[in-house]
Amino acid sequence: MARATAEEILDKARRVADQAEVFFVESTSTPVHFEANRVKAADSHETMGAAVRLIKSGRVGFSSTSKMDDPDALIEAALDTAQFGPEARFAFPGPAQFPDVPVYDPSVDGTTLEGMIALGQEVVDAVRSHSDQVTVEGSVSASSGTITLLNTNGGHFRYSRSGFGLGFEGTVIRGEDMLFVFDGKNSISPMTDVSGIVASIIRQLDWAKESATLQTKSMPVVFMPTAVPSVIIGPLLSALNGKSAYQGTSPLVGRLGERIVDERFSLTDDATLPRIPSSRMSDDEGVASRRLPLVERGVARNFIYDLQTAGLAGAESTGSGERSLGSLPSPSASVLLVDEGDATLDELIAGIDEGLVVERLLGAGHGNILGGDFNANVLLGFKIEKGQITGRVKDTMVTGNAYRALSDLIAIGSEGRWLGGGLYTPAIACANVAVAAKA
Amino acid sequence: MIKLSLRDQIEDALTGVDARYVEIRVEDSESRHLRYRGRELEDVGRSSALGGNVRALADAGWGFASFNDLSQLKAKVAQAVHQAKVLHGEPITLADVDPVVATAPATVGEDPTKISLAEKKNILDRYAQIMMGAEGVQSSSVTYGDANKRVTFANTEGSFIEQERIDVNMRLSAMARKNGDVQQSGVSIGSLGDFAFVRELDREAQDVADKAIALLNAEQIEGGEYTVVLDPILAGVFIHEAFGHLSEADHIYSEPRLQEIMQLGRRFGGALLNVVDGATVPREGLRGSYLYDDEGVPGQRTQLIKDGVLVGRLHSRETAGKLGERPTGNARAINYRFPPIVRMTNTYIEPGEGTVDDLVRDVKDGVYVKNWYGGMTSMEMFTFSGAESYRIRNGEIAELCRPVMLSGNVFRTLENIDGIAADLDMNQGGGCGKGGQSPLPVSNGSPHIRIQHCLLSGA
Repeated sequence: MARATAEEILDKARRVADQAEVFFVESTSTPVHFEANRVKAADSHETMGAAVRLIKSGRVGFSSTSKMDDPDALIEAALDTAQFGPEARFAFPGPAQFPDVPVYDPSVDGTTLEGMIALGQEVVDAVRSHSDQVTVEGSVSASSGTITLLNTNGGHFRYSRSGFGLGFEGTVIRGEDMLFVFDGKNSISPMTDVSGIVASIIRQLDWAKESATLQTKSMPVVFMPTAVPSVIIGPLLSALNGKSAYQGTSPLVGRLGERIVDERFSLTDDATLPRIPSSRMSDDEGVASRRLPLVERGVARNFIYDLQTAGLAGAESTGSGERSLGSLPSPSASVLLVDEGDATLDELIAGIDEGLVVERLLGAGHGNILGGDFNANVLLGFKIEKGQITGRVKDTMVTGNAYRALSDLIAIGSEGRWLGGGLYTPAIACANVAVAAKA
Repeated sequence: MIKLSLRDQIEDALTGVDARYVEIRVEDSESRHLRYRGRELEDVGRSSALGGNVRALADAGWGFASFNDLSQLKAKVAQAVHQAKVLHGEPITLADVDPVVATAPATVGEDPTKISLAEKKNILDRYAQIMMGAEGVQSSSVTYGDANKRVTFANTEGSFIEQERIDVNMRLSAMARKNGDVQQSGVSIGSLGDFAFVRELDREAQDVADKAIALLNAEQIEGGEYTVVLDPILAGVFIHEAFGHLSEADHIYSEPRLQEIMQLGRRFGGALLNVVDGATVPREGLRGSYLYDDEGVPGQRTQLIKDGVLVGRLHSRETAGKLGERPTGNARAINYRFPPIVRMTNTYIEPGEGTVDDLVRDVKDGVYVKNWYGGMTSMEMFTFSGAESYRIRNGEIAELCRPVMLSGNVFRTLENIDGIAADLDMNQGGGCGKGGQSPLPVSNGSPHIRIQHCLLSGA
């Protein structure tokens, strides 16, 4: 049977609803997986799907499908939900001026399976030549896709994006002692240089060679960029989400314009940065992307809104409506940037008499995130003694609150790095974080 | 044009393949979800999906192709075979199993697919109003989802299996706020194909709201080592995280040093400790239950720890083949976009003797922890967080405290279990994540247990 186009689906929806929108995705990805130092599997994924959101008698209906030959069933399911769906507090946006945000590099489509295998093996071999005690696993992946949006108010976009990513983990097992080190990188273009990933994995292996122990008490803690998302970004974003603001659950309600943390801390959401994997010209509702300051020199500036949440809160969409195929849009940050400070990592460590460097955490996503709390096991962390790394600590937990940690700063690092395709951050050193260690 | 049945198309695509082993999985599914935030319905939607995959084994690697366009079945087989042949990794052996031709209908109680969205909405609405009606609750959420799917599996060894399942999941949570302090409480519940439980959660909704409010005035426990008593729900999460993941053979099958650590016969805990996983136990119709896994291997009961000693682990055909052990029917894929990997099903600590009072009675200063937020593991280390904690003083459960996170090392913590009561209960909320496949329906459970020297940190 014939596959329906986005235009055909919209035309059918237009006849039964007051307003309608079609969201259409097509993508392919080809990850290659490595296990126990060797290539293990080669995948290919072809995905397509359509989602319909409509407004009928003031209520929102929604459905999605991968059955592209049956648009009538798709629309009927959306109408079914619209009988009692949420009250629509928005109109679909009309034609918009979108910024030029290139995120597609056609050379990704020329990537060969053999080339990706060779690149992954290069990481494995480089790490193993440093230490043959390490077992390496990971993946190399290339992807590309097209997103199309059409609505009955004339709003429309269609853009393509490409992606290329590497992620590798090294495991060292000595008796019952296990060490896991990881690094990864994402780009919109094929990568050929793996030296950064290899160097990061080797640094972690070297720092973990010796064992060290900490006492249970509060101490200076350096959160490496890899630990910043769970400790700092996660709690802040849940509070900056327009939904929490509208519901009154965010601790930042009524505090825009107020200093909430140290003035050395700034956080910006900017989906317009060219050639960044998570950048985009438009959000997933047809609202143009923009640069949005969230925290500026310690002052809370903006909540993040999609159309519906903005309508409820009496605010404007910030171009932050993001969605997966199977769900309604919701407010979400796109490309986050933490401003760099002026201390190198070496300087941060050198300035601490006794403290902890946190590289990776386990279980940080639980607990009272909305209130800013973090509480996690230190999966990979290192003791600082008299300005030097002296070894890996285990059986150690860190507990604290993002707002308090950012108000009691030692310094923000000067060497930012990308994590995945949507966060750029340096290390952050905090003066007093509660550390619990097993005696 | 003659329209071939799905079975004919699949069998045609598997004929004459140029590979050692090929399997095809086709999945047709529908799902519905509703979400309240506060008193208002925030999200409602229906989804349908039709997709499939081909997994092909050459001598030294797997090729995997997933797709939505089923008319390309034969071409997708060729593509997966081609991908497999490019690979020159470690040689792969699949453990032998008998081909299965079977049809397994869904386990259904009160069928959620037969209940209108409008009726579901009315029921959820009640819970939203109960929670929001509690003085001090700032916000609440009610999340409901159900999904039915029909999975058709066939391979070049002659298996052809059609299985249906219906999964229902639900979460209630409430947030209370006072002077900028925010506290949350929640409960997750699920079932295999039975809507009935969704109708009777008034008490749970009230309880969640009351708990969130009470937490505002609760004290924080100072981090350190404590004697802890866990309720069956949290003890279930504990055994899933602390031990279950380590018993998944795909973590160890290509790592000789881990195999040494995980040698069958090794002592993991006291003689009181018995741990089981299985898609057919401890009773029928749990969220981790099924007749056949996603490689067509029958689900079964696997004893993991017997009298404190490691006696078994969870396998796919590949891990069983590599380690020369018997396949256990634990290869599961969350949907057609993923290959099956070794997963838990229903994992639990078997009942011992006595009651929670017996465990608490001789604890002078400890912590009783109930319910869960979640948990994670990195094999050796694990963490899991309890939603409610109470101080134990002089053998009695005392005041409510703020939520705590427990953390430890699997090799030492299981040894520190010194009490297991008789009251086995299974937790069916939430789901398990591994290898990007989340949340997979599983259940876990335990009686009340007591652990000595457990590292705990306050939230």
